[in-house]
Amino acid sequence: MTYAVRTSGPASPMLFERVPPLWWAIALVLIAMPLFASNFVLFQIFGWTFILGMIGLSLMFLAGYGGMVSLIQMTVAALAGYMVAILGTSGVPAISLGWPWWLHIPVAILVAALFGTLVGALAVRTEGIYTIMITLAIASAFFYFTRQNYGLFNGYTGFNNVLPPQLFGIDWRQPAPFYYLTLACATLAYAAVVYVARSPFGLALQGVRDNPRRMGALGFSVTAHRILAYTFASVIAAFGGILLVWQSAQVSPGTAGIPQVIDILVIAVVGGIKRPVGPFIGALIYVLLRVFSPDVLLAVGLSGERFKLLIGFGFLVIVFFSPDGVLGLWEKFKARRAQSRDPLRGDRP
Amino acid sequence: MTLADMPSATSRTAAERLGSVSSGNALELRGVTKLFGALAAISDVTLTVRPGERRAGLGTNGAGKTTLFNCGTGDFLPTTGTIRLFGEDVTSFPAHERIRRGLRRTYQISLLFGGLSVADNVYLACRGVSRGRFSLLRPRVNDVLVTRAAELIEAVHLTPARDTLVANLSYGQQRQLEIALALAGAPRFILFDEPAAGLSPTERSELVSILTNLPGHIGFIIIEHDMDVALRVAESVTMMHNGRIFKEGTPQEIENDAEVQELYLGGGSHG
Repeated sequence: MTYAVRTSGPASPMLFERVPPLWWAIALVLIAMPLFASNFVLFQIFGWTFILGMIGLSLMFLAGYGGMVSLIQMTVAALAGYMVAILGTSGVPAISLGWPWWLHIPVAILVAALFGTLVGALAVRTEGIYTIMITLAIASAFFYFTRQNYGLFNGYTGFNNVLPPQLFGIDWRQPAPFYYLTLACATLAYAAVVYVARSPFGLALQGVRDNPRRMGALGFSVTAHRILAYTFASVIAAFGGILLVWQSAQVSPGTAGIPQVIDILVIAVVGGIKRPVGPFIGALIYVLLRVFSPDVLLAVGLSGERFKLLIGFGFLVIVFFSPDGVLGLWEKFKARRAQSRDPLRGDRP
Repeated sequence: MTLADMPSATSRTAAERLGSVSSGNALELRGVTKLFGALAAISDVTLTVRPGERRAGLGTNGAGKTTLFNCGTGDFLPTTGTIRLFGEDVTSFPAHERIRRGLRRTYQISLLFGGLSVADNVYLACRGVSRGRFSLLRPRVNDVLVTRAAELIEAVHLTPARDTLVANLSYGQQRQLEIALALAGAPRFILFDEPAAGLSPTERSELVSILTNLPGHIGFIIIEHDMDVALRVAESVTMMHNGRIFKEGTPQEIENDAEVQELYLGGGSHG
């Protein structure tokens, strides 16, 4: 079913084509979630999952469609968060400019997109491992720069008390409103990536991934396509970054420290980097492990501080059994089920 | 028209601009050399092809035919020499700029987009030479390029496979798709790099009919080891040897040339 959607031509019907029942069920559960889930689950588990999923989605767009593994996505997100703190309001009035939300949010996204585009312009001159190294180098430079710069980034402490605007009289940091805010942003980002993947730009990007030399021989500028892919991905990461800063109400160098930068790669790879839904699955697994592994470890008599051990182990297990992440496992399972069906009658023995 | 005929610098630029719509050579290489380290893959090659001319490029393996194509399309730049396309100096142009000016090519080993369907591959080829390459909007069902892509797929007999992932196509189908990609947009001159390699006899005769039925204004150079294909579709022949132009002439002249027979057709090199 999903295969038919993926391989259909550009002429195929638009967005709501052939949505499988499973997706409708998931949508219903997600919309009704605040009726039965606790505030902790809404805010901490799902809010965080949607945010990390969006930042992972921006990496999935670059890696899955463009064949470029970038480690800059978390940094772009953090820069957008910093811009919201610097241009808007925060607990550091000496630096924050106090611009209204309708100005500081678009400018923050614009600055992050410009930064991502610049990094992309440097990174696309390289391939494979070198792209990873260049983006990692810039991410580390950003981390150390923000930690040492007090004039603009307020150094080691960063900014606290960075809150979402009180639009329509709603406190968007309350669990249910924040849940719906992140759900809406994540859905929009997901839909945008799915839609753009079948647009001329998205198709051309996949062409660049499969065969850059041939794309040149078809009249496409390979470099321009790769750089603009970074721009598009940066916009998604920037939205995620702003939500992340609103959720924790603070932004500091540690928001985009090296572990956080790597975590985004882990999330995208664990979920599955070939399809836009992968990073959200990866983010949910990551958040669940992050939140509950101290309890699990304590229950078996180990120190709760060793939660990274469980995360690393889970990552190893998934990548070992399926290089395509959880989505790859699911597809293997479906293929096996299809095989076990009776080849003539189509039903299972 | 050659460089020597052109009266002055100013009128030359004017002539160049006109050349792209009226007269001049389709493809003109002057003194083109390509070095890979110390190895000269082609040296001092001068070659002119008129618009609409159909030329066969012959030569043993390693004679420099594919390198000539790669310099022609800009897959890599020549070490020395100039390349003109419809009168315009394109020597330093990247591949995509030359393609947008009406040059096309196919590859000896199919270079396709394995992760996309046949329809997407051809649609991309059509989109590459028109506007809206960066469009974020999906094409409509009645989009002119979608229709054009469907026509091209029909022309190379791939309609039943239009939704198949290219990685799952048979070898012969991939070769047909190569040709469809080269015919997208408004091609004016095409470089075919061994299009018949690995095809069955039936597929070969289909290929010959596709090539002979191309509109008259589209010229091409075809590199081909199969003389049956090469000499049936070409009106002139360029023979290469060791990176240099060895002989030029009509198919009859080349076939009857003693040196050529010695070198290539008769296989007399070991006699």
